[in-house]
Formats: sequence, C-alpha cells, structure tokens
Amino acid sequence: MSDIATQDFDRRNRDWYIDKLVQLVVFFGGISAIVFIIGIFVFITKEGFGFILNTMDPVEFFTSPYWEPSDEDAPEYGILALIAGTASVTGLALIVAIPFSLGAAIFVGEFATGKTRELLKILVELLAAIPSVVWGFIGLTIMNPIIIDLFDVPVGLTVLNAGIILGLMTAPIMTSIAEDALKAVPDRYREAAEAMGATRWQVIFKVVLPAAKNGLLGAVLLGVGRGFGETMAVLLATGHSVNIPDSVFDSVRALTATIAAELGETAVGSDHYQALFTIGIFLFVITFVINLTADLVVRGVRKG
Amino acid sequence: MFRETALNVRDKKVQGLFRLLFLTMTLLLILPVLVILGMLIYKGGPVLSIDFLFTAPTDGMTAGGVFPALLGTVWLVGVALLVSVPIGIAAAIYLSEYASDNWFTRIINLAIINLAGVPSIVHALFGVGAFVVFFGFGTSILAASLTLAIMTLPVVIVSTRESLMAVPQAFREACWSMGATRWQTIRRVVLPNSVSGILTGVILEVSRTTGETAPIMFTGAVFFTPFLPQGVFDQTMALSLHLFVVATQVPGVPDELPYGVALVLIGMVLLMNSISIAFRMYLRGRKKW
Repeated sequence: MSDIATQDFDRRNRDWYIDKLVQLVVFFGGISAIVFIIGIFVFITKEGFGFILNTMDPVEFFTSPYWEPSDEDAPEYGILALIAGTASVTGLALIVAIPFSLGAAIFVGEFATGKTRELLKILVELLAAIPSVVWGFIGLTIMNPIIIDLFDVPVGLTVLNAGIILGLMTAPIMTSIAEDALKAVPDRYREAAEAMGATRWQVIFKVVLPAAKNGLLGAVLLGVGRGFGETMAVLLATGHSVNIPDSVFDSVRALTATIAAELGETAVGSDHYQALFTIGIFLFVITFVINLTADLVVRGVRKG
Repeated sequence: MFRETALNVRDKKVQGLFRLLFLTMTLLLILPVLVILGMLIYKGGPVLSIDFLFTAPTDGMTAGGVFPALLGTVWLVGVALLVSVPIGIAAAIYLSEYASDNWFTRIINLAIINLAGVPSIVHALFGVGAFVVFFGFGTSILAASLTLAIMTLPVVIVSTRESLMAVPQAFREACWSMGATRWQTIRRVVLPNSVSGILTGVILEVSRTTGETAPIMFTGAVFFTPFLPQGVFDQTMALSLHLFVVATQVPGVPDELPYGVALVLIGMVLLMNSISIAFRMYLRGRKKW
C-alpha cells in the first residue's frame, strides 16, 4: 500500500493497450460501410468509364429509345425505353402499394391491439422476406395466366403484372417503415387530443398523421428506391421487350433487368459490357439521391 | 354521467367505419399473398420429398432434385457470414459504444442506409468489377460470397446495434466505475447481455442472403455444374438462381418442378425468419430489465 504514493498514475498497462487496439479495430468496422459504398462507386465507374468517355453520346444515351447493343454494324445505346419501363412499373407498383401499406400501417399501429397486432406485424415481416426471384416466378406462372384470362389480352407479362408484383413486394416494407413512423409520434400527443374529446379517427387524422408526415414520406421514398432497384421480379414479370409502353398491357424492359439479362453474354471490357456498367452508375446515382432525400426528410421530423 | 349526443353517436359510427376500412386494406395486403403461397404449396407440394432435396438434377435439369443447388446456397451463405458477421459486429460496437452523435457518425449511418438501398444488380456489377476481375477471384464462391456479404452487411450492423443499445447504460456505468476499460465492459457486460439479440440479426441475414439472386448470377453461381463445390474458388449452383433457370432457361421442364424449387427456397427463407422472430419474442419475454 505504501507504494501508492510513489506509483505514477500511468495506466498504460496491458489492458489499456488491448482497449486501444479494440477501439482501432471497431473503428475500421465502423467506417466499413463508407469504404464499401465508395468502393462500389469506384469499381462500377472504373468499368463503365471507357464507355462514357469514348463511345457514349450523352444525349443519345438518355433520349434514344433504341437499345440494340449487340448489333454488329451499328450498335445503339439508348436507355429511354428502359427508363420508361422502370418508371412505369415502379409507378404502378406505388399506386398499388402506397394506399394499402399506409392503411395497413394505420391499422396495425393505431387500431389493432395485443395479439392481433403481434400477428399482423409478424405476417408483414414474413411477407417482406419472400425473395424477389420467387416474386418473379409468381408473376411468370400465376399472374400471367390470370391477366390473360381476366383482360382477354394475348400476353400477361406486362407493366400491369410487374407493377402488381412489385407493389405486393414493396408494400410490406413500406408498411413496417410507415408503422415505425407512426410509433415515433409521442403518446402524449394522442393523450392530449383524446383528453380534448377527440375520437380515435380524429386523433389519427388531425394529430398522428400530420405529426408523422415526414416519416411516412420517407417510407414512400424508400419504397420508390426499392422498386427502382428491383431486379429479378421485374426481369421475369415484365416480358422483357424494349418498348415505351402505351398502356399497362404492354411489355416493357427495366434498367436493372437489362443488366441482369445481358451481362452474362458480354465480353469483359467490350462496349456493351461498359454500357451495362454505365446503366449501373445511373442506377447507383438515382438510388443514392432517393435514399439521401429520404434520410433528410425523416431527419427533419426528428429535429422538429 | 354523460348522455351521448347525436355528435358522439356519429363520431362513433365514423370511427367504426374507418376501422373497417383500414382493416380491409390490411387484409387486402396480406390475403392475396397468402393465396399465392397456398397455390405454390398446392402445385409444388407433390414434388417435394427427401429425394428431391438430396439428389442432383438429371435429364438436362428436367428431372431429379436440387441437392447441388441446396449445397451451393449453404456454401455461399456460410462464406458470406464469415465475412459480414465480424465486420458487422465491429461496426455495431463502434456505433453503439464509441461513436458520438456528430457529422461523422451521421455519414456512417447514411452510408449504411445507402448500402442497403443500392440495387442488388449494382452490387452484382461491383462484385464483377472488384472481385471477379480486379482481385482476380474469377467467378467463384469467394467472389459471390463477398458480394453477398457487403450487400447484407447493413442487416447485421443495424440489428446488432439495436441489441447493443438495448443494454441499459447503467450496466456500463457500473462496470466503468469498478475500473474496467471500455473493452472489458463491452466484452464482459454489453456483449453477454446482447448476444441473443445479435444472433437474431444473424439468422435474419441468413434468410436475406439465401434468397438473393442477382448478386450471385455473374460472380460465382452458375446455371449448371456437374460438380459439387470443393472450396471457395469453385463455381457452384445456388437455389435462388436454380429457380430462375428451371423457370425460364431450360426447355421441357415439367410444370411442377419449378414450383417445387420455389417451395424449397421460400421454405428455407421463411423458416429462418420464423426462427428469428420466435427467438426475438422469447427474449422479449425473458428480459430482466
């Protein structure tokens, strides 16, 4: 005990060094997401860069509806029809998904109680887990004949099919994010309104929904991002023909599906290969912007 | 005490109406999917058998089972977990135990959200550009699993971070005041109290990884190979890609075969998810604080 007075208070023993080492290790873990997101951008840009510099005519790329990369004499790289395909399918999916998932979120979050609520939440979570290739398979084998019979059309692999499939697919995800947004509204808001004599639906419409507005918008935006980037389901259910759709009964082809269908047939480094990576860069940038916006929108509500 | 006024009565009716409306919307969201799943089971059920799981496809993939694809999926998921779980847990420990609420942490969170939001096919492009071509792994289990690992990393990070943050701050403070270092506190107090929550997240990641198709299409999974994978530099078949292949790429496949494959895939994914959910509920019931 006597040596306490002489002992200096340097705590750099073995435990201290281990502690610092661990701190360093977990810090690298912490920045891994940043490293990977930058890595993704760097590597897809590296592969697509040659095309952007040498072959691509930016105006033609975004405004030409002709995507014929395997034409040996005069390959055409226009992604307008592909953008139209992705946009039409995503748009229809949102029309299907937004009302139902917001409605379901309100029911699960505000009306349902106890066991019912637990059960519904579990069901929604399980629905969200169904793999996209299974959804595509459902579109191909189950929705396709239903659409042909119901609307008396020759082909059932259309904007309608893919839109419904994508809608069913994104709805559970939007439901759980929207429900989180409703849950984030403090209970005292509801209690205050109820104390003033408001009925439950008045509380929901006049208090909860306005307060959760940004969170709900964030949920919708994340749904848009999901729809935009979905690959296998859209590949199987759209019919995969390059086309600017006139109606929901037209077959289309999506940006993501084009990459999935064609990357396997291209030689590494060829124009076609690089063009597909350029589409990838485009997709990356779009989804990045969507996610960033969603984050900013949701952040807004936290500060307010 | 209070007489119900006409207004109260109307309010109640409106409320009942809205309740019904939202209930209908919820059911409309869930029921079609349950019907579809029922159809899958009805059509694919007869195909399923122990033999189907443990034999290889025969006759140009128009008959036989799914064993090589099943085994390939186990390989891909296993190697992906080996990579993503340690990184994900380290990241979650950093975010929960070390990071302060500043711009840098916000950038990390933004990166995690974006990593989860990048389309799966873009992850596939990254996998091709980075692992297959640049690092020279070729199309192999290693390249595919690394791609999957990076893609599903946010699942591990987010769920682990949540279970770490659920450990009460008082536990840490008690430990620090006994003179323990940060790492000793994490190792002896925080991790033991959250290990089951972390496991729940890992099971969830297994489920996500099992179903992914696009990221492995060009990085390591192939339509067909007569060989079972022997190591991480081999190519392999995978269940999700196998469904795509038998549903679209192979002529003369009997109608019910793809349904069988779809059922095996969906069964694996939903089983994993159910385990994860059941585990979570069990933990919630058992929590001491």
